[in-house]
Amino acid sequence: MATAVNPADVFRQEAAELLATLETTLLDLEASPEDSALVDQAFRSLHTLKGSGAMFGWEALADFTHHVESAFQKVRDGVLKASHDLISLTLASLDQMRVLLEQPEQADRVRGEALLAGFADLAGPGGHSAKPAGGHGKADRAAPPDETRVFRIRWRPARDMMAFGGNPLLLLGELRDLGACTLTPLADRVPALEELDPAGCYLGWDIMLTTTKSRSAIDDVFIFVASDSELAIDEIPVEEAESPPRLGEILVKRGDIAPGGVEEELGHQPRLGALLVQSGKVSGDRVASALSEQKHLREAAKAKESSSAGNTIRVPAERLDNLMDQVGELVIAQARLMQVAGEGGALLKSIAEDIERLAGELRDTTMSVRMLPIGTLFSRFRRVVHDLSRELGKSVNLTMSGEETELDKTVIESLNDPMIHLIRNAMDHGLSTPEERRTQKKPETGTLHLSAVHSGASVLITIRDDGKGLDRARIRAKAEEKGMLQPGQEVTDTELFGCIFLPGFSTAAEVTSLSGRGVGMDVVKRAIDNLRGSIEVGSEPGQGTAITLKLPLTLAIIDGLLVKMADERYIVPLSAVEECVELTRKDDNRSDGRSFLNIRGEIVAFVRLRRLFEVAGEAPEIQKVVIVGLGESRIGLVVDQVLGQHQTVIKSLSRLHDDQEGFSGATILGDGSVALILDVPHLVKFARERETAQRAA
Amino acid sequence: MRDSSAIEAKANGLDAVQVLTLGLGGEIFAIETERVREVLDLIPITRIPNSRPFIKGLINVRGKVITVTDLRVKFGMPPAAQTADTRIVVTEIQVAGEPTLVGALADRVFEATELPAASMEDVPRLGMRWRTEFIRAIGKRGDDFIIIADIDQVFAADDATH
Repeated sequence: MATAVNPADVFRQEAAELLATLETTLLDLEASPEDSALVDQAFRSLHTLKGSGAMFGWEALADFTHHVESAFQKVRDGVLKASHDLISLTLASLDQMRVLLEQPEQADRVRGEALLAGFADLAGPGGHSAKPAGGHGKADRAAPPDETRVFRIRWRPARDMMAFGGNPLLLLGELRDLGACTLTPLADRVPALEELDPAGCYLGWDIMLTTTKSRSAIDDVFIFVASDSELAIDEIPVEEAESPPRLGEILVKRGDIAPGGVEEELGHQPRLGALLVQSGKVSGDRVASALSEQKHLREAAKAKESSSAGNTIRVPAERLDNLMDQVGELVIAQARLMQVAGEGGALLKSIAEDIERLAGELRDTTMSVRMLPIGTLFSRFRRVVHDLSRELGKSVNLTMSGEETELDKTVIESLNDPMIHLIRNAMDHGLSTPEERRTQKKPETGTLHLSAVHSGASVLITIRDDGKGLDRARIRAKAEEKGMLQPGQEVTDTELFGCIFLPGFSTAAEVTSLSGRGVGMDVVKRAIDNLRGSIEVGSEPGQGTAITLKLPLTLAIIDGLLVKMADERYIVPLSAVEECVELTRKDDNRSDGRSFLNIRGEIVAFVRLRRLFEVAGEAPEIQKVVIVGLGESRIGLVVDQVLGQHQTVIKSLSRLHDDQEGFSGATILGDGSVALILDVPHLVKFARERETAQRAA
Repeated sequence: MRDSSAIEAKANGLDAVQVLTLGLGGEIFAIETERVREVLDLIPITRIPNSRPFIKGLINVRGKVITVTDLRVKFGMPPAAQTADTRIVVTEIQVAGEPTLVGALADRVFEATELPAASMEDVPRLGMRWRTEFIRAIGKRGDDFIIIADIDQVFAADDATH
């Protein structure tokens, strides 16, 4: 098992996540450019990326990021505005960073330089100071980035510091910029009032500093301090920083008290600090200072803990897949156990029922572990919409709902490409330009809404725009031209709109770079089919279009209906089943040749699975028809017997069956035998083709 | 490549090849033992409607669904009834670049044995009833010929009739 962790891989993964976070932050920032918290967040992402990039050997990435970081430093300082241009430029730079991260050797240097020049232009001639990554930057990167260190600094400026133009407050301010500071003034040298020189500097400070910078950055702060000031800078070792020492230890370490002094007092209890002061071993402000060091360290340790541990753990996806497989095995073994227990005694039966309950719970927990909120997918599209609206000159507002809806991770991953295509289509063909919208008396900004909602064992994902709507006449004309529809043929909206998902269909008058090449919608259809999902299209002229993807919650285990023909058993996915009716021999004979059923006044075509599957023997006196929904139409599958519901663990078929139509996989039944799972849409298509071929023959 | 074929064994100066011998339509076939995962007694096979003729169906091997094939169809032999001696030989092959477990029906399984490299000959161009690309080499044992099958090729050959 691949458990060894390659640091470079870890960096790559974390950097990818940082870039994703940064992208979200930037898009948020575009919506509210005044939000300084977002600016800080963007800056932090850039800073971390730069630091760890250099540490793990991504020098080019670190260098490039440094410049972008500088620009955001200016935004933080209020020199530069978080304008649309800056954000677009940063987004473009983000893409460059992705290349630098994934395939540094393929990065386009010229493009990189052009982007950086863009930042310099934005900064303007005055603020042009995107410093190359020398000097200070180098020192930064030499230090382990983002590794927080804690320094103890005791500084007593020279008494005449202010007379020479120095200002201790400015230096303390600079220290604060390096990280979290805890300052404790040392006033023990302040003389009596009559001796006090108003221009003299009598105060000193104990400073605890938590910073990601190196020692040299601190030295830089004090670089112009006269040599006759007292200065001591100590780095507190990591172990100590993580478990703050006792007060006595701190005082001893600082040399404020002799080692024996603490033990001596410990006999007295309760408050060590108070006791020490009382006994005159150490002054009150020294104890106060040591206490604040203790507090500072505690807080630093706490911050570190919460950032590293948190409430989530990272697990390789592969292990989750294995877990799911094993749970699948368990569900199958449990089905066997139930079968055997049914014949055994009451005790065995009760144990089997316990196991059944536990297996069910374990299955649910395992599936829930694999579930991800669809918001993780939706948020990726914000960038797509942002870029496209600029490219197309359309103003589009992307809204979302139901982001918390959870779907199996495999389903989410496979949805990315089809959804990008649908979004592009909506923006390219559906939504109009601001001018066109104005003439239609619509708000200039179009709306694209992504929503997700649970519906039984499925999730419905809808992509809705408030654009032109589908042009029925044009689709019709095109479909007739391509021979997909017969001229004059009566079709429902569903059938008409279904044409756009056929290979080779495209209504775009001119081919754009985005969509309209006639490839894509059929690819979307295929991708959704592969997920055992379906697509529905609704559209009103002038009102907009809504495309709804109906997807199963999981790909691993489904509820199935077990049916039987002779001694062969098959699984029909329960999500497709609408009802079961009987087919008597009389009905069957009468319907021979036309294969239609009348169900509550509705005509439903049916397929005899016995015939389609070439099952030997005679059908029983009374057969059953399983009515399944196929989009808006319904179709009956004629079987011998319906055996009941079955928890179905899906096992995919090997590549030897690539040519096989009509089955989406197989499962293992309680008695250990294998049953095929029907792929209803493809099976019906296969049956129709076969019927057509037979009629022609 | 993982497979050390009989021919290669000979070329590499190996003394012998480990094979599993099995009976199929009156002939003795051999599959290199390192490709054989296990030999199963006949268990119920789930038929797949409308599949290619050489695919017999699916079986459950400890929770894995495995395809069972009939090599007779591939070698153009007439079908035979299943008997108490019929076995399923589970082998690992490459299908479209993916390692895949596939079961092959055998009329009977003889033994795991060693075929001396010296006894092996290249496939004669003539006098063969079967497609020569399915065969790696012919071994001789006493008066018997042993046909060393190239199982990857058998399943790779993609013709609709088989």
